[in-house]
Amino acid sequence: MEIKLQNLTKVFQAKDKTETIAVNSLDITIPAGKLIGLLGPSGCGKSTTLYMIAGLLKPTEGKIFFGDEDVTEKAPEDRGIGLVFQNYALYPHMTVRQNIMFPLENLKVPKAEAMVRAQEMADLVGIGELMDRKPKQLSGGQQQRVAIARALVKKPRVLLLDEPLSNLDARLRLQTREEIKRIQRETGITTIFVTHDQEEAMSISDEIVLMEVGFKRQVGIPQDVYDMPENLFSAKFLGTPPINLFEGSIKEGKVTLFGGVIEKTKAKDIESCWIGIRPEGFLVDKEGPLELHIDMVETIGRDTSLVIKDEKNNTRSFRVIVDSSNRILPGDKVKFSVKPSKLFLFDKVTGEKLG
Amino acid sequence: MLEEKNNLKAWLYLSPALVLLAVFTFYPLFNAFYLVFLKDFNYLLREFDGYTLLGNFSYVVRNPNFKQAMINTFFIVFVSVPVSVMIALFVSVALNSIKKLQGFFQTIYFLPYVTNAIAVGMAFAFIFHQDYGLINTFLGWFNVNPINWVGTGASWGNAMFSLLVYTIWGGLAFKIMIFLSGLQSIDKQYYDAARVDSTPRRRVFTKITVPLLSPMILYIVITSFIGAFKAYATVVGMFGVGLGPAGNPKSMITMVALVYDALEHTGSIGAISEAAAASIILFSITLLFTIIQMWVSKKRVHY
Ligand SMILES: Nc1ncnc2c1ncn2[C@@H]1O[C@H](COP(=O)(O)OP(=O)(O)OP(=O)(O)O)[C@@H](O)[C@H]1O
Ligand SMILES: [Mg+2]
Repeated sequence: MEIKLQNLTKVFQAKDKTETIAVNSLDITIPAGKLIGLLGPSGCGKSTTLYMIAGLLKPTEGKIFFGDEDVTEKAPEDRGIGLVFQNYALYPHMTVRQNIMFPLENLKVPKAEAMVRAQEMADLVGIGELMDRKPKQLSGGQQQRVAIARALVKKPRVLLLDEPLSNLDARLRLQTREEIKRIQRETGITTIFVTHDQEEAMSISDEIVLMEVGFKRQVGIPQDVYDMPENLFSAKFLGTPPINLFEGSIKEGKVTLFGGVIEKTKAKDIESCWIGIRPEGFLVDKEGPLELHIDMVETIGRDTSLVIKDEKNNTRSFRVIVDSSNRILPGDKVKFSVKPSKLFLFDKVTGEKLG
Repeated sequence: MLEEKNNLKAWLYLSPALVLLAVFTFYPLFNAFYLVFLKDFNYLLREFDGYTLLGNFSYVVRNPNFKQAMINTFFIVFVSVPVSVMIALFVSVALNSIKKLQGFFQTIYFLPYVTNAIAVGMAFAFIFHQDYGLINTFLGWFNVNPINWVGTGASWGNAMFSLLVYTIWGGLAFKIMIFLSGLQSIDKQYYDAARVDSTPRRRVFTKITVPLLSPMILYIVITSFIGAFKAYATVVGMFGVGLGPAGNPKSMITMVALVYDALEHTGSIGAISEAAAASIILFSITLLFTIIQMWVSKKRVHY
């Protein structure tokens, strides 16, 4: 089922009347049956958005549609959603089986059928043997799967996950990530997955929604957002190591950096703008327009990572990643050209993409 | 070395409390177990006539007020505790769910706790007054004739009913306070999860609130049982030292009152031992019930 957010806004008012706009006029359409990653730094309004979709928070403004149905005024119990909380919120006094059966009992599903469905769901998430344990007797990853089973067992129209992997260690995180993807594919439930981990969002999502301070910054297929950032925030938020930013200028359609013309552009002339170049966007090229002084070299297998001091600002350095077949030593002067597809220009004031 | 020093300091800090406990709690406690086995103990001359195993207990049981004291005590325990725990539970859940004026209501419910039991008892005696009391005035609106709750010659049933109302009300404050603090420590996310899972209100209460509050409930049930077994001040507050309505004295006598009654005659031979026997009977009953509760609760309390 498609989810549509229309001009969705949430303003929190503190006791002293100061207002926080946690979510600011969000317009998003989430296609049916897809897994969407809601991504952004801490405090950008991801949880708030999720809880508004769940109905646990009331929007200050705007509307929420499930399919053609306006659910904005609907109570959470009538929305047919499954929600996995950041810390799972499993009922500590119930066994795994009782936890998973709880939503079914609320819906007055006959006991025998509820038992079967709970077992099926537990098997699907791989905790079928742990049905008689209490949550405290489970590992973080197992608890998380119980929480997913509890959210899915009533066959919700929408599955919402709030940073479900944040409590897990690195390996378990990777493993459960795959599992969530698999379960989502098998069930085909429209899913929204909140995270502040870009790698997690990129790897699991069909599409990502990038948020900053309550605003939607960009929506798209993860690779597209990475390849075509629409603004400075998108460019900076995605990618490890992060994109390199330089102050530069555009004159007569030529982009100039450190005195060399590195690229031609259709963008209008501008005195000063941000030039963003991904670390992998530099090519060792004897004819290249950029001559850089190499400070440090780290070879990690396939790639070589070069640390280079910014010529204009000696306290800053940036990273370039080249193929390790280029034998480069610290202290070398190397000439580079820039791959046009890895170079982006942003307005200094608005942060919007130029050209 | 460092640890030993800290230990010494800890004992030093504890010593005032320990000394007081030793003198006023432990010594009388163990002394009672000694006195109860003395035959015809004369408190003034500190003389006694050998030892007896059950003699003093049989004095207590043969006391004409013993049966009434047992009946009254058990009545108070088994009516006031369940009723007041239930009421406290509902009131605290209701209080916890309102936002406005919560502090105000909390104060109101807490007032009885900081008010003297005897004073409140006297106020209640007036509330139940036959001619001027609130209760009869209220009943009068529905054309009910004035009832003699606590006045001269009031029946046992009426007097007990009044006493129970007062006991229940007086015990609410502390229970509500404990339940409220317990409720406030329950993670709100459980309730959010329950809402998302379309849980009916009644089920939220029975399946989530009560189990998560069960350690507090057990604590309250056990302490109120013990408190109710010790009922005395409430009776005095309401009926004075006559321990019953005028014309029906001692009809509201309790186990603790029995102990005090025996102590009244401290001068006479064997009275102290009888008091010790009565208090040990009360202690044993209380202990037995506490053990039963702990045992029953093993399966039902979720820590
Ligand atoms: N109940 C509230 N009252 C006031 N302000 C709130 C409340 N809840 C959230 N906020 C504010 O709204 C903003 C967004 O919060 P939100 O919890 O949605 O962030 P988030 O993106 O989920 O962050 P994180 O990744 O840290 O979980 C924050 O600035 C936060 O301080
Ligand atoms: Mg959050």
